[in-house]
Amino acid sequence: MELREDVPAGSTAAIPHDDQGAGRLHMALFAVLLVLFAIAPMFFYPVFLMKVLCFALFAAAFNLLLGYGGLLSFGHAAFFGSASYISAYTAKVWGVTPEVSVILGAITAMILGVIVGSLAIRRTGIYMTMITLALAQMVYFVALQAPFTGGEDGIQSVPRRALFGVLAISPDRTFYYFVLIVVFAAVLLIYRIVHSPFGQVLKAIRENEARAISLGYRVQRYKLAVFVMSATLAGVAGATKALVFQLASLTDVYWTMSGEVVLMTLLGGMGTVFGPLVGAGLVVTLQNYFASFGAWVTIIQGVIFVIGVLLFREGIVGIIAKWIRRPL
Amino acid sequence: MAPPPAEKVRTMFELLGIPPQALFGQLLLGLINGSFYALLSLGLAVIFGLLNIINFAHGAQYMMGAFVAWMLLNYIGIGYWWALILSPLIVGATGVIIERLMISRLYKLDHLYGLLLTFGLALIIQGLFRDQYGISGLPYQIPSQLAGGQNLGFMFLPNYRGWVVVASLVICLSTWYVIERTRLGAYLRAATENPTLVGAFGVNVPRMITLTYGFGVALAALAGVLAAPIYSVNPNMGADLIIVVFAVVVIGGMGSIMGAIITGFGLGLVEGLTRVFYPEASSVVIFVIMAIVLLVKPAGLFGREA
Amino acid sequence: MNIKLALALSATAMLMGGTAMATDVKIGVLNDMSGVYADISGMGSVVAAQMAVEDFGAAEKGINVEIVSADHQNKPDVGSTITRQWYDQEGVDMIVDVPTSSVALAVSEITREKNKIHMNTGAGTTELTGPQCSPNTIHWLYDTYALAYGTGSAMVAEGGQTWFFITADYAFGHSLEQEASNVVTKAGGEVLGSVRHPFPGQDFSSFLLQAQSSGADVIGLANAGGDTINAVKQASEFGITQGGQDLAALLIFITDIHALGLQTAQGLVLTEPFYWNLNDGTREFAQRFGERHGGAMPTADHAGVYSAVTHYLKAVEATGGKETEALLGSMREIPADDPLLGPGEIQANGRKIHDMYLFRVKAPDASEGPWDYYETVATIPAAEAFKPVAESGCPLVN
Repeated sequence: MELREDVPAGSTAAIPHDDQGAGRLHMALFAVLLVLFAIAPMFFYPVFLMKVLCFALFAAAFNLLLGYGGLLSFGHAAFFGSASYISAYTAKVWGVTPEVSVILGAITAMILGVIVGSLAIRRTGIYMTMITLALAQMVYFVALQAPFTGGEDGIQSVPRRALFGVLAISPDRTFYYFVLIVVFAAVLLIYRIVHSPFGQVLKAIRENEARAISLGYRVQRYKLAVFVMSATLAGVAGATKALVFQLASLTDVYWTMSGEVVLMTLLGGMGTVFGPLVGAGLVVTLQNYFASFGAWVTIIQGVIFVIGVLLFREGIVGIIAKWIRRPL
Repeated sequence: MAPPPAEKVRTMFELLGIPPQALFGQLLLGLINGSFYALLSLGLAVIFGLLNIINFAHGAQYMMGAFVAWMLLNYIGIGYWWALILSPLIVGATGVIIERLMISRLYKLDHLYGLLLTFGLALIIQGLFRDQYGISGLPYQIPSQLAGGQNLGFMFLPNYRGWVVVASLVICLSTWYVIERTRLGAYLRAATENPTLVGAFGVNVPRMITLTYGFGVALAALAGVLAAPIYSVNPNMGADLIIVVFAVVVIGGMGSIMGAIITGFGLGLVEGLTRVFYPEASSVVIFVIMAIVLLVKPAGLFGREA
Repeated sequence: MNIKLALALSATAMLMGGTAMATDVKIGVLNDMSGVYADISGMGSVVAAQMAVEDFGAAEKGINVEIVSADHQNKPDVGSTITRQWYDQEGVDMIVDVPTSSVALAVSEITREKNKIHMNTGAGTTELTGPQCSPNTIHWLYDTYALAYGTGSAMVAEGGQTWFFITADYAFGHSLEQEASNVVTKAGGEVLGSVRHPFPGQDFSSFLLQAQSSGADVIGLANAGGDTINAVKQASEFGITQGGQDLAALLIFITDIHALGLQTAQGLVLTEPFYWNLNDGTREFAQRFGERHGGAMPTADHAGVYSAVTHYLKAVEATGGKETEALLGSMREIPADDPLLGPGEIQANGRKIHDMYLFRVKAPDASEGPWDYYETVATIPAAEAFKPVAESGCPLVN
């Protein structure tokens, strides 16, 4: 079940393949982004920037599954949220250092990804989507009732301990660089996965699953693998977010969170390298600066969904890519 | 009803101590919940059958049904019985407009776009109602003809709940009859298989699709009107319900209309039983069943292998 | 609107001229503008805060007050971002309201870290003055203990000897049930049993049926919001109250009664710190409030915001500045008293105490007009209504 139009207008199909040139362009853009983000705390509020970074990674991980694997999950909040809980819990109760709690959170998301993924990929298309949604709702109920999650209070006042037990990084401005490094490393890893032979097979499966099967690829294994990778990286985002806000709460596992990450990816441009980052930046900004508009935040998000689906399915970065005739 | 001794009450809720009367009561209540599941999953199945779209706005349209009933009563004084007919017509008409203006542009694309579009629509609809009417909900009374209830011996059954089961069964079965046993239904089913061919026979397929979506939406609105007197009428009333209904649909498979109906009622019963034996699990039991069904029969209980 | 108000206030201050030293304070109203608590708090709290500033005559007294507001969407991460931004960048001195316990705890924690002041009127969790208490947080209006205590003890005193609980199956519901059970047993009543329903719940009929067949005098609803509304609605359908059992909601607000309608809610017993139709003072406030807020009557939370802001301004006036320690000390010294909540005081754990009231919802024909919903059953004196400081588990005590 491929996620593209009958008339190929998607970025990958319409744009001439020039992998080396594109690769150089991408690396240059990554470098520019890194420099921009490195000096950004001088101009913007660091907590806000960290939130943007965490959601950028979340959206990029989600895009790995949707944009490159062609699989729409409506349950990614389960991975994001459970990692966030584990990260907060281990940092607060076990007293582990930040890098360990992020890793533990990611492992939790990975295990959950194996379970949800192996059930979900038994069906294709819309069915798969509904299954991820339903299973994520189950995770939500567990988070609500399990004794260690603190119910609707969540896990509060999570400490930011010293990195590796030695480097004090607790102030917002210092912690920002820890987040920046984690997020950039993870986003580059996603870039690497997409452009590896594994990523090529994924694209082949997305474009024509039957053909990939006839070529001898074990399609189900590839699907599960990309599902688990996406879940794990979403977990890294969630675990980091728990340390940024020093709390984990039900918001992170609720299905609206799954909807938000879909919105970010769709708005920025699915199947593009930079789309999810742009989408996450825009949505987080929208939520932050329009917070006093109340119900209108939801309505605006809905309108963006509708316009995005009806008028520009390539997303912002997709449109720019078409315009400059380079994959982004 | 004479209060039983406290000791008896305590043992009553233990696993093995459930008297048959209590069991019957809970089963009947499960059936009532099942009525809502069946109506909603039927609407989803009808829409999916012809449009190949999962209507994420279904929960929001169910909510609209209840709200329109409230508006009819409070703004122009139209009571429950007329609302039962008018509200589905009004909400169905908005469905027709949505299909014409938006959904119809997506048929050539991947089905997932339909899901995303209707998700966005659900956010807009819920947000607008929340902005207008707040979140606490609005009062809606049970119609006087159905107030009160019957003592069935094993339980007190409010008349209104009995009415919900009967109404839902009648609507579900007549929908099944129309689709599976009439000429109109035959066209519908044929258009599902091969729209071009049916179009060649002189049937206006696009119009049929539009009306089908309107009908599916009207079913959701009807469920909303039925729910208004017993559940809280608030903008979020359909938001969580729709996820349970999705699970019901996955369990039943979208293969047959009858499948959606039977699964809906059946899962209501199972949920009712869970409330007696292990109430803590009653919110997840449907999702657990879904996982098991997927392991054993991925296409769903009544589904055809794609 | 906020900017306009600020301008108006500073303009008045300028006109007054000559005031020796003007203090600028910035108050942040942080609450739910779009979600489940939007009707209880929402824009109404901003209106209440503005009214408090005007009634206090802040401008005449040389205090320039600016009020800002934001929607925390009931998400602790959104709430904590706004809080940090307000304290770090916008110079907010005090945050008021904050319903939803998860957000309230986060705001309280940040307030302590930044050494500012948080006056909470919206959240019910006893953690705020318990294990997670803070010298910078004053819990102004109510908590789950006070609600459970009021309803539990008064119902037993009225003859409701045996209880059965219908409890939302998560931490909040469990603790509410626990607190109410303790009160009931202490008062000489007996708890026959309880059943836990999934959260959020849609259909309560089977739980109500279990409660009904328990034969308990009182069915206690240990849940909140939509769950309580659904449960009450369905209890009326199943004729629970007509059957002679009392229904007691442990956490319910006047907006919920408004949503239910008197036909359904009549006979329900509940505890609240405020009711607009309580006395002349509250009625006068309610009328002015209604004129500015689309005719809606103030909720207890709106009254709480008014009362808290008034008390804060008294302390600003008394200390002649806005230094946090001085303000906190002064607020504890000045006796709290206003027309809405009556006399009260702030305890060592940050708990502010005042009288609470037990109400019964009127039958439709006894109601004299819109929003005329309650009759007063009992007044619970401040000293009894709240959890004793020694039992709160707050590390600041002793």
